[in-house]
Amino acid sequence: MYPNPSDITRVAFSNGLTVLVRENHTAPVAVLQGSLAVGSMHEKPAQAGLAAFVAAMLSRGSRHYDFDAFNEAVESVGGNLTFGVDAHSTDFGVTCLREDFADLVAVLADALRRPTFPAVQVEQVRRQSLVNLQERDEDTAGVANLRFYETLYGRQHPYGRATSGYAETIKPLQGDDLTAFHTAHYTPDQGVIVVTGDVETQRVLDLLGSHFGDWHAAPAQRQLAPPLSCPTPQRVAAVMDDKVQSDIVIGAPGIARSHPDFYAVRVANCILGQFGLMGRLGTSVREEQGLAYYAYSSTLAEIAGGVWLAAAGVNPDHVEDALASIEAEFIRIGRQGVSAEELADSQAYLTGVLPLTLETNEGVAATLLSMEWYGLGLDYLLRYKEMIYAVTVADIQRVCAEYLRPERCVTVVAGPAAA
Amino acid sequence: MATESHNATESRHTAAPQELVSHLITQQLDNGLQVILQPSRAAPAASFWLWYRVGSRNESPGLSGLSHWVEHMLFKGTAAFPRGEFDKAVARAGGVFNGMTWQDWTVYFETFPAERIELALQVESDRMANALFDAGETESERTVILSEREGSENNYFYLLQEEAQAAAYVAHPYRHPVIGWKTDLHTISRDDLYSHYRTFYTPNNAIAVVTGDFAPDAMLDKLQHYFGALPAGPPVPAQRAVEPVQIAERRVLLRGQDPTAYFLQLFHAPAAADDEFLPLVVLDSVLGGAKGMGLLGGSANNRSNRLYRALVETELAVDAGCSFGPTIEPGLFTFQATLAPEVEHQAVEEAIWCEIERVQAEGVTAGELQKAIKQTKAQFVYSSESVTNRAYWLGFSAVVADLDWLAGWAAQLAAVTSEDVQRVANIYFTREQQTVGWYVPESE
Repeated sequence: MYPNPSDITRVAFSNGLTVLVRENHTAPVAVLQGSLAVGSMHEKPAQAGLAAFVAAMLSRGSRHYDFDAFNEAVESVGGNLTFGVDAHSTDFGVTCLREDFADLVAVLADALRRPTFPAVQVEQVRRQSLVNLQERDEDTAGVANLRFYETLYGRQHPYGRATSGYAETIKPLQGDDLTAFHTAHYTPDQGVIVVTGDVETQRVLDLLGSHFGDWHAAPAQRQLAPPLSCPTPQRVAAVMDDKVQSDIVIGAPGIARSHPDFYAVRVANCILGQFGLMGRLGTSVREEQGLAYYAYSSTLAEIAGGVWLAAAGVNPDHVEDALASIEAEFIRIGRQGVSAEELADSQAYLTGVLPLTLETNEGVAATLLSMEWYGLGLDYLLRYKEMIYAVTVADIQRVCAEYLRPERCVTVVAGPAAA
Repeated sequence: MATESHNATESRHTAAPQELVSHLITQQLDNGLQVILQPSRAAPAASFWLWYRVGSRNESPGLSGLSHWVEHMLFKGTAAFPRGEFDKAVARAGGVFNGMTWQDWTVYFETFPAERIELALQVESDRMANALFDAGETESERTVILSEREGSENNYFYLLQEEAQAAAYVAHPYRHPVIGWKTDLHTISRDDLYSHYRTFYTPNNAIAVVTGDFAPDAMLDKLQHYFGALPAGPPVPAQRAVEPVQIAERRVLLRGQDPTAYFLQLFHAPAAADDEFLPLVVLDSVLGGAKGMGLLGGSANNRSNRLYRALVETELAVDAGCSFGPTIEPGLFTFQATLAPEVEHQAVEEAIWCEIERVQAEGVTAGELQKAIKQTKAQFVYSSESVTNRAYWLGFSAVVADLDWLAGWAAQLAAVTSEDVQRVANIYFTREQQTVGWYVPESE
């Protein structure tokens, strides 16, 4: 039985934090995943990467755990405690053995609430970030993605810039910037924490209450994301001459998570570039023409909007053939739609695979977090099959015709110039 | 069915085996197929893995990449499941699948909602015997694999690894990259591939692993139904090359345009089944931290280890670590670092040697041993949560060593002493037995 209202406990703390707990006693593991409503949307474009920098500092010193103490607390028990940042959220996760859970929640709470931003650690993180950015900028897939989002939305929009930032925005950040960002934006309000695994619900609620219940801060500013501007369709070449292979990204603005077309787009994308070995794109570009090792499509549906894109890695001499094939598939699915069989196949896959994503505690925690974060309801998994099967052949053709028109698309090719 | 052994007869269907190696049912079919079952009701899922004892280890010069290419060809169709139909059938049933090739093995797996697992037996038994290897499909796949390789060639750390690995061996086929040299990928023919398939893809060279929610007796019947009639193949050709003891330090210098500098250092190290394997696993953990046991390595917080302190905290590197994995024949213990800007490779090399010599002189501390044991315990438990990970570990262990090796891992690791670690560090880490690789940005 999927997680549902009868086995999920949901408690709203008075400070705006929502906690979900689901017990699962099959293995002596405890998993916590959560998000705070603070992300790269809260940073100024000139300070791109600030939110990610702050998150990277959380594990490098807090009031009760300095860098060494944090490492020892987590690593000596074989646990994981990680932080990350997205446009709207700062995400965190704990995975550990049951007996170590309370200790690691204490570390997590101290890190989120009371980071100290030691100057030595700030410089270490900066140095590491700058090298990581340098590596990203030498990776054709990384560059193609980056240019795609920049071209689509512009760096002024949080969706249009790298959450990890850029060398020129990371270098000038000061310790005070980090502290100020944490003080201004870290809040339990609208945050979510999910716990699954070999735990007792009441004990978890007590534990989280003792660590987070007295945390009071300014209300979250979750709806700050500016409206998306309509992008200018164009083709961008990122020439990287020492590379052997080119990466292509081609796509257009998609839809927000709350959009009524969400499920139609999900099923359509499965047919286009996921099902089996990468759907219609895989069949055309990889299987029939042998142009690429990977050619697939994917969607991103966020709070303020989304994208629908296709990506492929190809020899520089095959870029035009691969692009033409992808565009032809965009046009074909919009003009001719899909067969009833293709629809049924993808519906069967998307619903059939659900038990596999819910097999582990981490899978369950990630699913529950997403359900709460996007307001899908605790009965979401019980309704999921019905929503996927409600999608019709006509819906698929309509959303493809609307969102995947080549004239709406931004195309980026990163790699060497063709011979 | 021939030999049968139930090593856990008291309870053949529990809610969830608490250990990776418990409640196993093992058998061998008359045609030589080895079978490992681990039933569990923890989740309504089941995973089927078919392992072949073939990988780049079994490839001759001029034919590197053969095993990986054969793996690709098994997705290109049989008479019963023409190209694309296999993928669709599995996905339609809510399943996920993949194939992987490494030095010692090639493996295919499907994980399904439990009631659909029979489809995995059907498709895997079919393509064990009936893959078509159509000439046109072979040519089309040539460019796909070249594209896969070229994607890796974009990355200088990959190129450095490939060059250093080739330098570390003079005789043993572990020197070849699993994906194959580009020159070989241009010349390998359809018949080369088919011959490799017929030689190594036989029941007597394979291991079938099933984990998850199924009835064991019915599963054994199904395995017999789908695989029992396949004829055994001839004896599998032995891999005969033995790597001679390295007597001269080897160095690789790769230059390129990317500005990030990398360092690699490789030492020959014992095979999985060797008594000195686990002391080196402990050393790997003390020097480089815990490793995830997920399918692709997984992740673990990793900043309290000796290399991080000696290289990253001192600002010589922005990333540093080591790795050591189980192989059938002696493999490599690898140190790697991503250099901080303006740092000389020599400084990183000496800092790593400093840490090696410290272990050689002093061993490791009791606290470090305890940490390694606890980390291993935790990783085994995390890994046991998923039927896919369970099947991976059971089959992988059966290929590189045997199931007793996996069963004994935790207890034998806990028995490793500081003196053991010190001893193996002195045996395996010597200056004349190292292969060092530097990637140096051309602007330097």
